Amino acid sequence: MGQTTAEKIFAAHLRDEPFPGTKVIDIDRVLCHEITTPVAIADLEARGKDRVFDNTKIKAVIDHVTPAKDSKTALQAKMLRDWAHRHDIKDFFDVGRNGVCHAIFPEKGYIRPGFTVIMGDSHTCTHGAFGAFAAGIGTTDLEVGMLKGVCAFREPKTIRINLNGKLPAGVYAKDAILFVIGQIGVNGATDRVIEFHGSVVEAMSMESRMTLCNMAIEAGGTSGICQPDAVTVDYLWPFISGEFASKKAALTEYGKWCADADAAYEKVLDFDMSQIGPQVTYGYKPDCVKPVAEMVGTPVDQVYIGSCTNGRLEDLRIAAKILKGKKIVDSVRGIVSPATPQVFQDALKEGIIDIFMQAGFCVTNPTCGACLGMSNGVLSDGEVCASTTNRNFAGRMGKGGMVHLMSPATAAATALAGSIALAKP
Amino acid sequence: MKKIFGGPVLCLDRSDINTDEIIPAKYLTEVTKEALKPYILEDLSLDGFDAKGAPLKNAQVIVTRGNFGCGSSREHAPWVFEVNNIHTIIAESYARIFRQNMFNCGMLAIELPKAQIDTLVDMAKGGALVVSVDLPAQRISATADGREESFSFELSPFDKALVEAGGWVEFADARY
Ligand code: SF4
Repeated sequence: MGQTTAEKIFAAHLRDEPFPGTKVIDIDRVLCHEITTPVAIADLEARGKDRVFDNTKIKAVIDHVTPAKDSKTALQAKMLRDWAHRHDIKDFFDVGRNGVCHAIFPEKGYIRPGFTVIMGDSHTCTHGAFGAFAAGIGTTDLEVGMLKGVCAFREPKTIRINLNGKLPAGVYAKDAILFVIGQIGVNGATDRVIEFHGSVVEAMSMESRMTLCNMAIEAGGTSGICQPDAVTVDYLWPFISGEFASKKAALTEYGKWCADADAAYEKVLDFDMSQIGPQVTYGYKPDCVKPVAEMVGTPVDQVYIGSCTNGRLEDLRIAAKILKGKKIVDSVRGIVSPATPQVFQDALKEGIIDIFMQAGFCVTNPTCGACLGMSNGVLSDGEVCASTTNRNFAGRMGKGGMVHLMSPATAAATALAGSIALAKP
Repeated sequence: MKKIFGGPVLCLDRSDINTDEIIPAKYLTEVTKEALKPYILEDLSLDGFDAKGAPLKNAQVIVTRGNFGCGSSREHAPWVFEVNNIHTIIAESYARIFRQNMFNCGMLAIELPKAQIDTLVDMAKGGALVVSVDLPAQRISATADGREESFSFELSPFDKALVEAGGWVEFADARY
């Protein structure tokens, strides 16, 4: 019997099975940010266990509220900073070099096919785009990860989702994943790994695959996983060219993490993506999804383009193409937050930042900020935001606020119209 | 602190209650568990629910529906229950990270089938519902207004070990 990608990764990393059905696996990357890590640090200190298992496998960033907005967030940043220095964690990204965790860590080449990745952040599933098993965990699991480099999981069952056909022009990875979540529901993949297959995924860039896997958790998924292929190798090549004689050799090596043809899935779901249009959410759950066409004209107060879902260069390019030479309406506040300093710089060089500013957008530094209602664009009671983020929970971007999730293209068109609009192809 | 399993129940009769509702992100700037205490379930949208009311104040057990604790990975969600003396949650199902966080903190996230949750919700309508938990026997007993019901539940051996060890850090540090 063949194995799924997650099963292969688990088998290769298995440290212990303390009880039937519980797998304790070795972890290749423990990622940290300043919201969930300081509490872990404080607890480890209180237990007299302020140690780390391997300072090269731990990476840390200050990203949620940065630069600090008040003394409390300054303390969180300080706790992470002091700890990173104390343990000589070299890959630590502070103000000026920091960006949204799930954008900056892959961009630095830290995530490889076959890796196990944990972070005290639910959208860690993003990293599965590289053919890794990547899961969000809580603070206690993070503590143990930092201390021992292991994490316990139930044996993962895998749902295979085949995205067949070809995305029509103007339809993007964000629309695809919103559509899938709308179909399977917010707990359609709870305790399951989602393996994404099909011609649509094969044609996607790494950026798009990250968008796809990013929202696996919104269907309850433990991890979203794409199959490593030539696109993966191309993306990683600047970081791995010293390890492999050729791209072909890398592809052969990474290909061993691909699911076997006779792998057993709990479920196989097929979706024909040739027929879908741009998608948008309407309620307070990420599975309340409709075609944009049915929501056209819904007024918004703010448009937010950014986050670990859609704050990468590809996303900014898509939005800028629609905004070029145009102005957003006066009634809308447009905010764009490039996800990393690299994205910001590249966007500057390409003239994308100019386009945004001429259109009337506010450009913020790379940070999570408004995505979780912490800073840089929090909503007031009763306000509506068109957003490229991943969560529309009541109050997510500010108490009493309403969030409509959509692609960067739809967000840009919405900013120009002042209400939810379809981007003109 | 010793965990207390069982006690007076508060029913939250809704599915998909997310971690932002349990503890809004704006309070994640706190670095102690105790500081979270006043903000429990502050943003819960549920008809008739009062986050400052006596039923929540007195509760030691939450009974709820499916996919409880979906959303963020924040362990602040179990912690805000912990510091409010709610160490037992009984639901139809949980989001994975939330459930694991509960056991990692040495707390109980019990799963019961929908029909049994229906019974508990129904009993709570009749009067003050109290649940007691027999951990070794893996049974809960519920009483309200003279009516009594008893259900068995399942914990994985790992979850049970975590509850008994008082959490995952000590367990893991001793073993790995
Ligand atoms: S951008 Fe939003 S969803 Fe992504 S890590 Fe930051 S807060 Fe979480």
